[in-house]
Amino acid sequence: MNPDPRNAAPKIGAEQIDLLEKLCNACAVTGDESEVRAIVLEEVRPHAAEVKVDALGNVLVWRSGSSAEPRRKVMLAAHMDEVGMMLVMDDGDGLFRVETVGGLEVRQMAGKPVWVGREHIPGVIGAKPIHFMSGDDRRRAPSLESLRVDVGSGSTKARVGDRATFATRFQRIGPSLRGKALDDRLGVATMIELLKHAPPNVDLLLAFTVQEEIGLRGARVAAYTFDPHLAIVVDSTPANDLPAWDRSENTVYNCRLDRGPAIYLADSGTIADPRLARHLLATAEKHGLPYQVRQPGGGSTDASAIQRQREGVPSISISVPGRYAHTAAMLARLADWENTLALLYYTLTDLTAEIIPLSGNGAK
Amino acid sequence: MKDLIRKLVETTGPSGFEAEIRDLVQAEIDPLVSEARVDALGNLIARKGEKAADGLRIMLSAHLDEIGVIATHIDEMGFIRFTNIGGVHASTCIGGRVRFVGGARGVIQAERLDPPDKIPSLDKLYIDVGATSREDCPVKVGDVAGFERPFLDLGDRLVAKSMDDRIAVAVLVEVIRQLKDTPHELFFVFSVQEEVGTRGAITAAFGLDPDLGLAVDVTLTGDTPKSRFMEVCLGKGPAIKVRDSGMLADPRLVDCMVQIAGRLQIPYQMEVLDGGSTDARSIQVSRAGVPAGCLSIPCRYVHSPSEMVDYRDVQNAVRFLVEFLGGPIHLA
Repeated sequence: MNPDPRNAAPKIGAEQIDLLEKLCNACAVTGDESEVRAIVLEEVRPHAAEVKVDALGNVLVWRSGSSAEPRRKVMLAAHMDEVGMMLVMDDGDGLFRVETVGGLEVRQMAGKPVWVGREHIPGVIGAKPIHFMSGDDRRRAPSLESLRVDVGSGSTKARVGDRATFATRFQRIGPSLRGKALDDRLGVATMIELLKHAPPNVDLLLAFTVQEEIGLRGARVAAYTFDPHLAIVVDSTPANDLPAWDRSENTVYNCRLDRGPAIYLADSGTIADPRLARHLLATAEKHGLPYQVRQPGGGSTDASAIQRQREGVPSISISVPGRYAHTAAMLARLADWENTLALLYYTLTDLTAEIIPLSGNGAK
Repeated sequence: MKDLIRKLVETTGPSGFEAEIRDLVQAEIDPLVSEARVDALGNLIARKGEKAADGLRIMLSAHLDEIGVIATHIDEMGFIRFTNIGGVHASTCIGGRVRFVGGARGVIQAERLDPPDKIPSLDKLYIDVGATSREDCPVKVGDVAGFERPFLDLGDRLVAKSMDDRIAVAVLVEVIRQLKDTPHELFFVFSVQEEVGTRGAITAAFGLDPDLGLAVDVTLTGDTPKSRFMEVCLGKGPAIKVRDSGMLADPRLVDCMVQIAGRLQIPYQMEVLDGGSTDARSIQVSRAGVPAGCLSIPCRYVHSPSEMVDYRDVQNAVRFLVEFLGGPIHLA
């Protein structure tokens, strides 16, 4: 007998963590998401009614529900791309000048090992040793112009135009997960699990998007294709939750580890649809899941592009919190991931037609 | 019309939370239009008139939303930290009052300022709702508030927290009321989320696919002590927008508006605005493109809790629009 889908959220086990590891160790700096796309395609094909790679490289997946009509067309989106670097000038002898791709801060770069290109050629972003630093050098961040990616003399494979990522292997550390691209492979892995446990009451439209980190470009065209009734974006948001050095109250944590999925109400790109916000909060309460409201403020997700597509799409975002976003290693909690998956699952199973009526009754 | 204005400006409706103001507007216009519906983002879209042979599909847009604040943190003592919704400046916040969408009221104050004459950033301000702890604070993270200030009638000059853009909402409601005959199919859009990036107008324009778009919004003035340099003044008539930082108005539409205002001897001013934009910028670049422009109500102290307009400009805007929409429009 099948368990009641209304009480059977999928769990995170060894198999799911292995998939996350594979996704996280793959390199998909914005603009060339092919390595992650190949993994996604392999995972989704057996479970989808239709799969398409669109003109920009988004993976679009259709899977209809089986319950009686009316069913809502629900778009879920998670981005495949990650921030990183691009080699822009060959200085010879294995040395390359480099530019950042997406929101990457120069201070994070010097001294870090990297993987270059589709073959993951090992290299390092050279840093000046302390022996040769003046007082000024120590106080100031190095300029991007002064940094070089060094792939070692003799390597002929690296070339200008290659993308590079931090060479951080995924690792599980007790209750935590550490990886270079948990933003947003956590979302990608979550959507794959939801597809494998697709609730019968909705038509799922999954967008594994490209080019999120440089301006939500993939999601925009994906939403045009899907033309959904509503959208939920699954992302990762930075936790700034370390205690303040002077022990004063931290009022700018954004979100915190171990507090469950972070629900967005407003960021600089989207004001969440109030009906969806109420539905997510009520669903978390009903199923006894931990959750937190992400502090309203800056940042944005694919929801910003989706919400304003065509005649408008009621949209909201939900994130797995993670510390040290857009650095060589993000740290997240397994429990937060599992609770995010569960909240999304129940958000879908509990989605009735009244929550988002189809006409004549907009956001209230 | 002043009663309508008072009702509209005193209602709370920050971006994304326009339900209350939308219901109020819908009640006003429902008996006067052929159809009124609310789209997926919350825009109220009313249709009036049938398209004659020489008529156009015209989208008019005035936004329902106003600037406001959103709670980001409730501290141990029950003070609320907040951030802005739309263009909120700390200098106009301190000492002001807010009303949350759920009903809670409070005052905005600042941490001790050092130096005292420096305008702080918003993260140095907090809202005091009279709570004494996080537990007894009636406000949660994510709750939204609008500024609270009663309507002030100074005779010709009217003052309110949300003239931007309720005064244009009032103008469009009055136009719907007065317009008897039109060769056009008119879509009056009472849009949402303008203050956070003209978002409602993007989806409304896509849905309507109009032949012509006209926003009605407020614009800044240059008629106060040591103000910016700007031609527009209160009391010299509604302003015909030539450009702002988001849109170059269609010159054919500008010419057409100037001609009609001249012919009817309605006072008007030409508007060249350095910063800011309106729903027209979203309408203009919708789908394959739409000829677009804007009729502006001059307004002092925009985005403060005391925005001031001249009632004669408001009445002249209504008069202009009734005439403009009542006859054929040729963009030559």
